[in-house]
Amino acid sequence: MQASHLDEPRMNILYDERLDGPLPPVDKAAVLAELRARLPELEVLHEPEALKPYECDGLSAYRVTPMLVVLPRRVEEVQEILRLCHERRVPVVARGAGTGLSGGALPLERGILLVMSRFNRILEINPEGRYARVQPGVRNLAISQAAAPYGLYYAPDPSSQIACTIGGNVAENAGGVHCLKYGLTVHNLLKVEILTIEGERLVLGADALDAPGFDLLALFTGSEGMLGVVTEVTVKLLPKPEVARVLMASFDDVEKAGRAVADIIAAGIVPGGLEMMDNLSIRAAEDFIHAGYPVEAEAILLCELDGVESDVEDDCRRVEAVLKQAGATEVRLARDEAERARFWAGRKNAFPAVGRISPDYYCMDGTIPRRELARVLAGIARLGAEYGLRVANVFHAGDGNMHPLILYDANKPGELERTEELGGKILELCVAVGGTITGEHGVGREKINQMCVQFGPDELTAFHAVKAAFDPEGLLNPGKNIPTLHRCAEFGRMHVHRGQLPFPELERF
Amino acid sequence: MTAADEATELLLAQVRAALADGRPLRIEGSGSKAFLGRPVEGEPLDARAPRGIVRYDPTELVVTVRAGTPLAELEAALDAAGQMLPFEPPHFGPGATVGGMIATGLSGPRRPWSGAVRDFVLGCRVITGLGTHVRFGGEVMKNVAGYDVSRLMAGSFGCLGLITEVSLKVLPKPRARRSLLLEMSLPQALARLAEWGRQPLPISAASHDGRYLRLRLEGGEGSVSAAAARFGGEPLDDGYWEALRELRLPFFLDPRPLWRLSLPPNTPPLELPGEQLVDWGGAQRWLKTEADAENVRAAAAAVGGHAVCWTPGRTDSPFHPLTPVALRYHRQLKARLDPRGIFNPGRMYAQF
Repeated sequence: MQASHLDEPRMNILYDERLDGPLPPVDKAAVLAELRARLPELEVLHEPEALKPYECDGLSAYRVTPMLVVLPRRVEEVQEILRLCHERRVPVVARGAGTGLSGGALPLERGILLVMSRFNRILEINPEGRYARVQPGVRNLAISQAAAPYGLYYAPDPSSQIACTIGGNVAENAGGVHCLKYGLTVHNLLKVEILTIEGERLVLGADALDAPGFDLLALFTGSEGMLGVVTEVTVKLLPKPEVARVLMASFDDVEKAGRAVADIIAAGIVPGGLEMMDNLSIRAAEDFIHAGYPVEAEAILLCELDGVESDVEDDCRRVEAVLKQAGATEVRLARDEAERARFWAGRKNAFPAVGRISPDYYCMDGTIPRRELARVLAGIARLGAEYGLRVANVFHAGDGNMHPLILYDANKPGELERTEELGGKILELCVAVGGTITGEHGVGREKINQMCVQFGPDELTAFHAVKAAFDPEGLLNPGKNIPTLHRCAEFGRMHVHRGQLPFPELERF
Repeated sequence: MTAADEATELLLAQVRAALADGRPLRIEGSGSKAFLGRPVEGEPLDARAPRGIVRYDPTELVVTVRAGTPLAELEAALDAAGQMLPFEPPHFGPGATVGGMIATGLSGPRRPWSGAVRDFVLGCRVITGLGTHVRFGGEVMKNVAGYDVSRLMAGSFGCLGLITEVSLKVLPKPRARRSLLLEMSLPQALARLAEWGRQPLPISAASHDGRYLRLRLEGGEGSVSAAAARFGGEPLDDGYWEALRELRLPFFLDPRPLWRLSLPPNTPPLELPGEQLVDWGGAQRWLKTEADAENVRAAAAAVGGHAVCWTPGRTDSPFHPLTPVALRYHRQLKARLDPRGIFNPGRMYAQF
């Protein structure tokens, strides 16, 4: 998607010293000279054309040319870079593969971009201990591929798993479609080694199942590069399920599909994956992939059951009965592996499929309590009509994580701005029903304003206290994840018109 | 305002008063786990008044409960809906509270397969050392907004704030369960567990007492029967696992000091004097020994683990000492979140 009018005096996504706090003055030439003197082997990019490829991550509407890009190959180099940044007060933004969707690796004009992708070695696959020890630039999928000969795999599978790195997964606490049963990144880590902004090595977690002291591993996971830089990761490996079967159910009403999800859980079944798509997504996916989806359905549910064969067969029968009872107009069990793959292909390609029916789309990432699904979908439809924009919905129904896709055309003046505003409203609706503004993509820079909706000044103050314990000068990834109180005050002034909160009809909790 | 809200407000007022005077507080529940860690010099603060389940919708797999709620009451409510706390928290006394369960972060025999307390924490409300009552996380499974302070609270022994409410992910109880007793040596058992761990088998607990491997199988009828048939051995009463979790087995009557060793699961038997009882498929080992703290810790650390002394009064640092760098960041975190140092000072380590 293309950015336009980004320099308007609005609540800018790019770093704004007025709202996000002053950044230290930095002398590019001096920093470059010192880096070269201290680390003669280090690859440093500093010419404008060399810096260009690094000006954004997966949130490509927002771009900033970094001052310098460094591509270290050894932990000692990273350590020296951080020491230098700490001594000279240079902001530093860590980056893996740059696939993040919330601008967590958006560079700073006056900062160093620390690219960790050269750290791409798998150090150890230990089948007896069921763990893998890897460098942070190893791709998510590469771990499962390396573990496959032992019948093991790494469970979290974000949609970008072919490209995204494990270091980035740790920074974002990445999820995927199997979280209800297998958890997020935080549930699948044993140990993470980091470097602090002062260049000190710190080990979080252990080779054992717990470590002495506070659970800093849990705190660090999902901290978006604000507390330290990941240099090594030990992940748990799980035995591959014996079988996986998938059922597809069609519904003539979204609410019925939502209730069916609750009924499956109430029956004591925890599916490996449970995904919902609405009519617009079904049509887009079917048109693109020919997965055999029912294009007339208002919603479909894909329910994957995995485990030991006899249990899975048993669960398939139960789920089929529950779905029919809940009013499914059709329930199909994938007959073979090929059909199962086809059913999933439609869902996994929902984003590019939607990309074919619209010049641009904007992917949202809120989570809601499942019981609120019908109300939230109705709210999204109402907001979409209000803003004159179409919204396609795909939903990790098992864990309540929604990905509304707003369809827009960046070439139409003002449409990106309307899209951003609609996106913000959708996230606020998620908060209003007791959910969150980000389920798995992170806050980064993208949702920095909506953080002010989800958290009050007291919570934000506590978050800043956590940050200050690790990086009191705020040199690691400044401006991301946690907004300043000043930004929130400004956002509140612009946002609450005539003392009216958005969605006054909803109970606040 | 409900009685629970009033009780919470009262706790907040007590904390603010203590903050104003810089008076340290010793947070107390029923005292069931008070023997763990170091003694705290501070004014007792009974945290049990805010109690009761706030919200529980079994189809969401989430329960929100006030910290003073007796754990037994929470478990009974989940049980009635066919659900459970998968991490099997130990009680160590009839009055054990939800707050104490979170603060101590202890998990039972299912832990290696299900995850620990912190893995099921979705959100919490905390009275902070800044005199505020704040909410972290939420009631949804996937939530990456802000730092994950909720999970940090699990196992922090009240040193970072006073937990008043917590939201937990819960799971349906397994449809089938069976326990087995198999005679084999510890090295043999560890080798078998490593091999079985690479296969999709429904093992949910594994303990070894030096002579017998005890296994629990949980899952669907089909997988549990098939695994039981494959493993053979003698049937075992399921009550064993509760006795193990609550440290009520005869092993724990031994008068020597009790240590908990947390080790990589496939670590060979450690050469330490005394008796050992293995839980968590090898990852948690109970040791009854007269050996010096130094020796026990060194043996655990040498294999990538750590050791905690569970018998009070035996060592000034029952928890495994932190590395200098880790200690520094612990102190900085404590100083930022509890700048006046009023919450359970010294409970985990003398330095904070």
